[in-house]
Amino acid sequence: MQRIGVFVCHCGTNIAATVDVKAVAEALGHEPGVVISQEYQYMCSESGQELVKNAIKEQKLTGVVICSCSPRMHENTFRKAAASAGLNPYLVEIANIREQCSWIHKDIATATEKAIILGRTAVAKVHLNTPLTSMESPVVKRALVIGGGIAGIQTALDIAEAGFDVDIVEKNPTIGGKMAQIDKTFPTLDCAACILTPKMVEASQNERITIHSFSEVADVKGFVGNFTVKIKKKARFVDETKCTGCGLCTEKCPMKKVPNEFNMGLDNRSAIYIPFAQAVPKVATIDPNYCMMMKSGKCGVCSKVCSAGAIDYKQQDTFIEQQYGAIVVATGFNPIKLDKYDEFAYNQCPDVVTSLELERLMNAAGPNGGTLLRPSDKSHPHTIVFVQCVGSRCDDEKGKPYCSKICCMYTAKHAMLIREKYPDTEVYVFYIDVRTPGKNFDEFYRRAVEQYNVHYIKGMVGKVTPKSDGKIDVQASDLLAGEQLHINADMVVLAAAIEPDKTARPLATMLTTQMDTNDFFTEAHPKLRPVESATAGIFLSGACQGPKDIPETVAQASAAAAKAIGLLCKNSITCNPCVAHSDELMCNGCSSCEKVCPYGAITYVDKEFRMPDRSTKVRRVASVNPAVCQGCGACTVACPSGAMDLSGFSNSQIMAEVDAICK
Amino acid sequence: MQVNENFEPVIVAFCCNWCSYAGADLSGTNRLNYPTNVKIIRVPCSCRVNPMFILRAFQKGADGVIICGCHPGDCHYTSGNYFTRRRITLLYSMLDFLGIERDRTRLEWVSAAEGAKFAATMQQFTEDVKALGPNRRLEDLRCRKQ
Repeated sequence: MQRIGVFVCHCGTNIAATVDVKAVAEALGHEPGVVISQEYQYMCSESGQELVKNAIKEQKLTGVVICSCSPRMHENTFRKAAASAGLNPYLVEIANIREQCSWIHKDIATATEKAIILGRTAVAKVHLNTPLTSMESPVVKRALVIGGGIAGIQTALDIAEAGFDVDIVEKNPTIGGKMAQIDKTFPTLDCAACILTPKMVEASQNERITIHSFSEVADVKGFVGNFTVKIKKKARFVDETKCTGCGLCTEKCPMKKVPNEFNMGLDNRSAIYIPFAQAVPKVATIDPNYCMMMKSGKCGVCSKVCSAGAIDYKQQDTFIEQQYGAIVVATGFNPIKLDKYDEFAYNQCPDVVTSLELERLMNAAGPNGGTLLRPSDKSHPHTIVFVQCVGSRCDDEKGKPYCSKICCMYTAKHAMLIREKYPDTEVYVFYIDVRTPGKNFDEFYRRAVEQYNVHYIKGMVGKVTPKSDGKIDVQASDLLAGEQLHINADMVVLAAAIEPDKTARPLATMLTTQMDTNDFFTEAHPKLRPVESATAGIFLSGACQGPKDIPETVAQASAAAAKAIGLLCKNSITCNPCVAHSDELMCNGCSSCEKVCPYGAITYVDKEFRMPDRSTKVRRVASVNPAVCQGCGACTVACPSGAMDLSGFSNSQIMAEVDAICK
Repeated sequence: MQVNENFEPVIVAFCCNWCSYAGADLSGTNRLNYPTNVKIIRVPCSCRVNPMFILRAFQKGADGVIICGCHPGDCHYTSGNYFTRRRITLLYSMLDFLGIERDRTRLEWVSAAEGAKFAATMQQFTEDVKALGPNRRLEDLRCRKQ
């Protein structure tokens, strides 16, 4: 006979305000098998858990139902409590009467009725729960960091510091990411390269860190503690081990008309190139789309001048496979394409630039050697207009619904730097709101306004029109003065919204992690588990999870590293015991389950069975490897004979839930 | 057909643990209201939903069954929702054969970030089932409430 305890939580007033908890406890007390039904202010509190533990011991409970918040929140809390009282943790069920009842319903009568049904459903299920024991699975003591920007570098350095091997996979020829392209950083105005490049060097020199530059993740298999990752090392047509990074080939390369990605296409590079002087690894890469040798077979200059003999025009993509215990995603962001914003004349006028292009224009290693000149005629601009929220906080299809977070601050930085360097330049900033929540951020913005006399105008720019005299007419509204403005500008800088990198979506599919509608990775809990993904063993670092500035990115990178280190420190981890199992007597050996299993957890074995006439017969039956099975249940439905079932979510349990709801 | 104003349908929702159940939790956290008719059963993946469960629900008196999973390509188990999609498509033709309105069964993709979509979907589905009226065809009359 089952002895079930029901515990209904008030959750302060979160549940009690719309659900009559006393009535719920009373009603569930009459359910079959329920021997005790109690309510309490906060079930998850120490004393609430004590209540559950005591009831388990005193009433010799065989099953526990907690009517409280989502199982995603406190299932583990109550499982642990049950385990400490001697009850198998998998004999605990949660009825979600907060997120799925009290918080969404207003009427007390109907909400109470629903809460009773949800409780009854959980009681019906717990009747059929069976004790489950977790298995242990070993942890591979190596981490993979995907993305070699500041987030990836920081995470890798922290993990390596803790004594674990780390691999960085970076899709570009060098690590460094967006921060390498930035000139100065807010709110301190220190030089981005000066603080980033030592970290890049540190990463390359750390013997525990392996950098796979110009590489991509091709495939991910496995699960927490034991991922198998296939990394594609793209052919760079230069032998990394031989290239010394002398740069002679880039000087001698006759093909010099390739848009330079590092400088946002504002100048050109050669077909064989090293992205920037401090690149790590400092190895040349041939761009096969422009290399004359690759295209027409006539040239070979780089191969002739390379004293190390590193050039290899026949190099192929290679694949390496490696085991990892933890994976950290740090794929970062990109500014959005502004093709759809005709009103800002971005495609028509070279003097309308994005903020990242302005960073390059102002950078000493940029196309103008650090002097701010108009891209069109290389003249010094005297009036510069900054347009905020281009594509951010946008309701329509063109842009993004979210705030890109960093634009207010970098625009204040740009405005300040320009006024500092060229006091004769007038700077206008058109904004919707100025958002400066960060340490020393508002002080920084106020300095731009008060000390540097940057003209901040609340209002949006309606139209940017290039004029025949080379000037740009900026038509805008001043919302506070209530008037239309025309500014005769020399340059317009657009604060383009930022979006997750395009590689993030296919990567999320490979990693089986979740993304939101904007393709940012979803964290396991928005407040309490901000650096973990819902998939165990996958951690999130930097702007791939949401727009972030550098300090926040570094903080999150270290947090992700700490979580990864916590996992790598363990020799083994407990597996989820809710896995599939097959009833050998019922299995007819049809292989349906084997075909649908995404993990290859099912194999077929020959087993000897005793027949009714006492003879023996060898039959081929399914066997599930519980260490590999992740418990999705695809096989349970595919099985035509009903031999396959899933522990914790068995056919009979789900049927009992269905029955209880429909009762 | 006469629409009974007071008809409150019984709706069973199967939600996958990783996307849709989290989406349902999010709509709760955001206090987005949807009808109390919807009762959620948590399953690890939408592919755990055996069409048998759906038929069982109809037999026991459910008026509508909705299955929610991760968006195609986003399945936590890589491919589970593709199986679900195929199975439900097959189930539809069987439901047609049985004479059960196929609108009583619905398959929706709701991600963990789509709390608003979850609430809107449940609202809409409840209204649609209400318009269809009570499920009579497969209901086991012995199960009917007196």
